[in-house]
Amino acid sequence: MQYLEGRKYVVLAIFLAVALVFGTRLFYIQVLDGSYKLAADRNTLQRIVQTPYRGLIYDRNGKILVQNTPVYDLMVVPREVKTLDTARFCQLLQLPIEELREALLAAKIYSRVKASPLVQNLSTPELAAIQDNLMDFPGFSIKARMARSYQDTLLAHALGYVGPVTPAHLEKPKYAKYLPGDNLGISGLESFYENELMGHRGVQYRMVNVRGIEKGSFRDGEFDTLSVAGQDLHTSIDLELQRYGEQLMQGKRGSVVALDPKTGEILAFVSAPFYNPTQLTGKGLGNRYMDLLRNQERPLFNRPLMATYPPGSVFKLVNELIALQEGVVTPSTGFPCNWKLVRCTHRHENPSNLSIAIKNSCNPYFYQVMRATVMRGRSSKKNQDAALGLADWRQNVVSFGLAQHLGVDLPGERMGLIPSPTFYDKRYGKNHWNFRTIYSLAIGQGEIGITGLQMANILATIANRGYYYPPHFVRGIGKGGPRPEYQVKHVTTVDPQYFEALIPGMQAVVDGGRGATGSFASLASLGISVAGKTGTVQNPHGEDHATFAAFAPAEDPKIAIAVFIENAGFGGVSAAPLASLMMEKYLRGSVSPGRKRWEYWVMNGKFISKKKH
Amino acid sequence: MPAPARYSRSIDWVTVGLYAFMVLLGWLNVYAASYSPEAPGSLFSFDFNYGKQLVWIGTAVVLIVILLVIDYKAYDTLAYVLYGGMIVLLLLTLFIARPIAGSRSWLELGPVRLQPAEFAKFTTALAVSRYMASINLRHQNWRDQLVLAGMTLLPVALIIASNETGQALVYAALLLAYFREGMSPLILIILASAGIILILALLVPTFWLLGAFTLILVLVFVFNTRIFRHHLPVALSVWAIVIGMVFGVNYFFNSVLHDYQRKRIEVLLNPSADPLGVGWNVTQSKIAIGSGGFTGKGFLQGTQTKFDFVPEQSTDFIFCTVGEEWGWLGTITVIILFVALLSRILYVAERQKSVFGRTYGYCVASIIFFHFCINIGMTIGLAPVVGIPLPFFSYGGSSLWSFTILLFILLAIDAYRKQDLNR
Repeated sequence: MQYLEGRKYVVLAIFLAVALVFGTRLFYIQVLDGSYKLAADRNTLQRIVQTPYRGLIYDRNGKILVQNTPVYDLMVVPREVKTLDTARFCQLLQLPIEELREALLAAKIYSRVKASPLVQNLSTPELAAIQDNLMDFPGFSIKARMARSYQDTLLAHALGYVGPVTPAHLEKPKYAKYLPGDNLGISGLESFYENELMGHRGVQYRMVNVRGIEKGSFRDGEFDTLSVAGQDLHTSIDLELQRYGEQLMQGKRGSVVALDPKTGEILAFVSAPFYNPTQLTGKGLGNRYMDLLRNQERPLFNRPLMATYPPGSVFKLVNELIALQEGVVTPSTGFPCNWKLVRCTHRHENPSNLSIAIKNSCNPYFYQVMRATVMRGRSSKKNQDAALGLADWRQNVVSFGLAQHLGVDLPGERMGLIPSPTFYDKRYGKNHWNFRTIYSLAIGQGEIGITGLQMANILATIANRGYYYPPHFVRGIGKGGPRPEYQVKHVTTVDPQYFEALIPGMQAVVDGGRGATGSFASLASLGISVAGKTGTVQNPHGEDHATFAAFAPAEDPKIAIAVFIENAGFGGVSAAPLASLMMEKYLRGSVSPGRKRWEYWVMNGKFISKKKH
Repeated sequence: MPAPARYSRSIDWVTVGLYAFMVLLGWLNVYAASYSPEAPGSLFSFDFNYGKQLVWIGTAVVLIVILLVIDYKAYDTLAYVLYGGMIVLLLLTLFIARPIAGSRSWLELGPVRLQPAEFAKFTTALAVSRYMASINLRHQNWRDQLVLAGMTLLPVALIIASNETGQALVYAALLLAYFREGMSPLILIILASAGIILILALLVPTFWLLGAFTLILVLVFVFNTRIFRHHLPVALSVWAIVIGMVFGVNYFFNSVLHDYQRKRIEVLLNPSADPLGVGWNVTQSKIAIGSGGFTGKGFLQGTQTKFDFVPEQSTDFIFCTVGEEWGWLGTITVIILFVALLSRILYVAERQKSVFGRTYGYCVASIIFFHFCINIGMTIGLAPVVGIPLPFFSYGGSSLWSFTILLFILLAIDAYRKQDLNR
């Protein structure tokens, strides 16, 4: 019997061995292996993201430009769907039965216990039909979410649009805080002010049980954050002026930009042809976007910002200012209208001073002004002299905000082109070009390109007698002001006195009586003095482009405007009256009955050529 | 009737203390598992498991008093009667019980449901101990061994018939007690090897196993020429039996077992294969325990158990609550408590003068050990999901009563033994 005693140790050893295995295994899964903790959180923690209310966009008078309106989705929780009267359900929603089956199956695959959308963007009649009968369909519910909407279908190019983030976005670190299914501003102000408009997402952690039923907040909401609504944008757009501008530009191609010269605020921003911003919201956005993109009229093209044209005669103003600053001419300098190198488009009196030259837009006069500016005899070699002169000239021109981004608060702004000596060196070879190569610049033609926005900014600069604030749309973000860069004054290289000297000529363009090139823009009948300049941009591809740029009142400018109408011929005929109507509308609030004929003229004139550029 | 004061001194208070502590811990965890912050009820509310468990504990105390008062000789004398009575009850149960969750093992007496299979453990333990006292296993008397095997297997057969395979498996634990009393260790070794081959047969493709076992045979011959010369037939038969087992297991597994049994075994071997179906219990149980960390989430703070991710959380999977809320410190405490109790029972068993007392002690230890082994093993993925409770911890009257009876009969026998010495 004695030797069996030892077996108690065997039994005990078995007990201890099992206990040791358990202890070790438990130490491994509880202490060493962290994956179980993650799995537990995945089980019980549900992350609920609260999408903040996107900021609204207002015009300068507090009228709503962009707002959020609820759109309704029909949600389904497959588990809760009991006996479904498919026929009635489909009849209420006007939904083919196969589609319903497919959608239900997809929802089931997503989750049996969580709600998923069955039909998105219910139309109002669909919503009404289903909402009243929801009681009969357990497991179905209506969920509201916010989508962008527009009271007026105006200003599409500046407002831009909002769309869902794409997988390509999500890969970039910049978009780290976005989740699939989120919306973001894709173009225009929506994109530029995305951070301000979006606000801050709120996240709540809810504990759920095995059936997905909520069981309260996690650690009393220690990790929860509240969503903060996006900030509203207060733009400087005058909604009524904008509406009027789009009416006037209906059926034309081109751009109208109106600025408040004192602040750089954009009052109207028209890019024609237009599109309806509502087209780029909601379901089917992608398809409609592609339609717009393929449209031959290129409605998505943001002309004031992206189309660069030679400025034409309007640019004579800048050249004259530089010549005055450089001291090569004075306001009383006269040049003969000699048709030597360039022809003059008008038969007119002798340009014996600056004002007469501007009034008549005398090409030979400004050719000689430019020559005086560039060819200063700083080098005995003519081509070297031209290069030195052009470099100086360019330095002055650039101070007007040209050949650079003005920094408007929209994405996609083009810089335009002001040629440098290097530009011509590259094209023709160093010392292989001279003033005769570049003389077109004298009248704003040739190797020069500026945007509609830059054109308006030039006029604002002249109106201010020598400085500008970068043009911008947003003058208030939330309760604050504009971005600081829009409060920085940019001063040109030209002294204010020379601007002063230029303005009588610009007034004469409009109100100078017989031969005035911009007389169609006169607001003299209303007692408003307009200072402006016409332009007709030579277009090798078709009919010339018409431009007119002006500000008013000349003594105390409140609006500067640049109108650019493609293929509309002489600027004084179409662009000038359009600009005057806009200025009258802004300064007086409405167009006087006496001037309605101009409205008719602008809207119905067959300016646009059949030839396409 | 012995004098109460002297009698109480002879009770093994260490075991009683361990028992009481484990029952208390068990109740706390049952409370945590069934507690719902949204609908806190009274502690004694019969609507909740923890309320009912308090009642079971209260009645268990009454049981203990009765068990200790009864003359210890009664357990010896009545062993066969109790055994016979329980066999009849098991048979009856088979015929009159309503099927509950696929098993016909519950007897309903008014509001109380009892599982006779739970109580068959102590009657069988008493009977085989009594029988053990009358034979000598060492002498390898075939008749004695067959009777013993029969006594053990009869309740097993009846319990399997009522579809409670888990409860039936418990009886395998009695082999440990038989081993202590002289059963050949060969049986244990053969059974253990068989178990290993069984698992290998399910895990490893048959082709590989055949190759491996044949290779072992060849290697044995090469390195031990003595076996080759003298025991060639034995070696070849062992090899043949092993190969036969491999095929047999595959046949049995694929063609004989029920689907649910096969699934339980599949889950044991690879619980991650089907995390939402068959493996759900094991996966969720491991997540609950694993998420407890070193110190646990704190009393009533468990999320996995509270939000019903772990099934059967207050009964078979009560260990998950321990693991989640008390962490590794909690689980190791429970394991140490069990090891302490089991060792103490072995100690108490060894100090019995009678073979009956000692065998019974070993039976008690073996049965508790088997429950401990399988129950905790299944919650951490080391044993198949077999529905047997964790002694003293799991919610349930039958289980608490049956383990209480099992343990306190031993203490009663032990107390009287000391009583005799003191006299």
